[in-house]
Amino acid sequence: MIRDITIGQYYPGETWVHKLDPRLKIIITLVFIISLFLVRDFIGYAVAAAALAITIAISRVPLPFILRGLKAIFIIIIFTFALNMFMTGGTALVRVGFLTITREGLYNAVFMGLRLVFLIIGSSMLTLTTKPIKLTDGIESLLNPLRAVGVPAHELAMMMTIALRFIPTLLEETDKIMKAQVARGADFESGNIIRRAKNMIPILIPLFISAFRIAQDLAMAMEARCYRGGEGRTKLHELKFKERDVAASLLTVLFLALILLEREFWAILEMLAISR
Amino acid sequence: MAIIKIESLVFEYRKEDGAETVKAINNVSLDIEEGSFTAIIGRNGSGKSTLAKNINALLLPGSGAVYVDGFRTSDDSAVWEIRQRAGMVFQNPDNQLVSAIVEDDVAFGPENLGVAPVKIRERVEEALHSVDMYELRKKSPHMLSGGQKQRVAIAGVVAMRPKCIVFDEPTAMLDPRGREEVMGIMTRLHEEGITVILITHFMEETVRADRIIIMDAGQIVLDGPPAEIFRHSDQIRRLDLDVPLAVELADRLRKRGRAIPWDIIEDKEMVAYLCR
Repeated sequence: MIRDITIGQYYPGETWVHKLDPRLKIIITLVFIISLFLVRDFIGYAVAAAALAITIAISRVPLPFILRGLKAIFIIIIFTFALNMFMTGGTALVRVGFLTITREGLYNAVFMGLRLVFLIIGSSMLTLTTKPIKLTDGIESLLNPLRAVGVPAHELAMMMTIALRFIPTLLEETDKIMKAQVARGADFESGNIIRRAKNMIPILIPLFISAFRIAQDLAMAMEARCYRGGEGRTKLHELKFKERDVAASLLTVLFLALILLEREFWAILEMLAISR
Repeated sequence: MAIIKIESLVFEYRKEDGAETVKAINNVSLDIEEGSFTAIIGRNGSGKSTLAKNINALLLPGSGAVYVDGFRTSDDSAVWEIRQRAGMVFQNPDNQLVSAIVEDDVAFGPENLGVAPVKIRERVEEALHSVDMYELRKKSPHMLSGGQKQRVAIAGVVAMRPKCIVFDEPTAMLDPRGREEVMGIMTRLHEEGITVILITHFMEETVRADRIIIMDAGQIVLDGPPAEIFRHSDQIRRLDLDVPLAVELADRLRKRGRAIPWDIIEDKEMVAYLCR
């Protein structure tokens, strides 16, 4: 059962969105997140929602699949919603006991709640349409210029690659150890949380030892295959900026322009009025 | 021409509990011819694995010297040349694969060598074909069988274009089918001209070699072509090693007065001889 856990939530596909350069997708996601914080009213959200809807439609990731990601942070959304609703001062709408719901509070609550929802959906589109291994390549490539200031870009990427490779191996190992301990009479099912946590120790210690042993073996195997850090290393998959990436970049710029324009709409209008 | 020259090699390590040192390899000298298939066999602790790791500079000699294709392993600047020329396949199929995708893993070695991306692609495809794993190139290692994983590991070494491959008990953790797969690939690579050194404790696997070296307590006990070696079957048994079934049978038949030719060491040959 433990092997069923999938890490990351990649939804396989061959669409335009899937094929975009991972570096660009990371940047687009960042732009989207920033734009959510620039938006000041619901019209701005409408622009963001439209952009998101188009992306989802192109990627062909089914909506229920995307909404599943929201479940995990459902409580946080409710919490934010409630906090904003009750804690904002202004004209009272409803009064229940000592709690007051204000007009501004309701507005803020919906506004903040929506922002969270968009944040999650937007960023999960990145992981849904990009293979973890591609994401790693993208991160390495984006961090590469920062090597000059001491960011270990290659090392971070290699760590992620190895982690992705060994998650299933370690899960299998955990499964094996659990079964071995159960065969010896260990009980992982009953008792309160503290008891259960304590019962985990006979799993964790062998797992740690085993992880270290694997690390040692792997280090030797990597050395035997001439691994000597990122210096002078080439890559099988070169990241190449293609036409569709250029198109996506332009669309992103257009999107950001729209968001900014909408945000400053009244200010711009005023400026035009004054100049006239 | 000898591709590997070992001259009075001594390798010591310190026991974990104290200052006592153990000579894992005690004054071993041997030459391995280019294009040969040598099997090194011995019980646990005989020093066979230590010898293997000395061949590609994963371990360095305490005294004496090891030369690979003319490069001395104790020469720091030659380490990468040596590891490229003498590849190594390890025992545990899980702990030597780096990437979560088969073809990326095979590319790991060439990437480390700084091969141009287009050339890496060529090498990866060639290597995957040579171990019959091309169809599974996009799979994740944890979805493969032990034998398949081991074949991926072999492809990873082949992609580095080595002259010699050291197999350090490559079948120890495999089921009979996986063992047969790996042995088949090994024989094929030898036929293609790669020098094969097989470290094992399965005597059955050594009959395919053209030279067998039997080690015990850090020293070479017997060294010669299989037909020669199995004349000393009593001595082999005294070292806690098995002899192949055909040899065992031939011995017993000889004791009953049948003159079985000494060059019969494989089951197939024995069957053919008896059914004449």
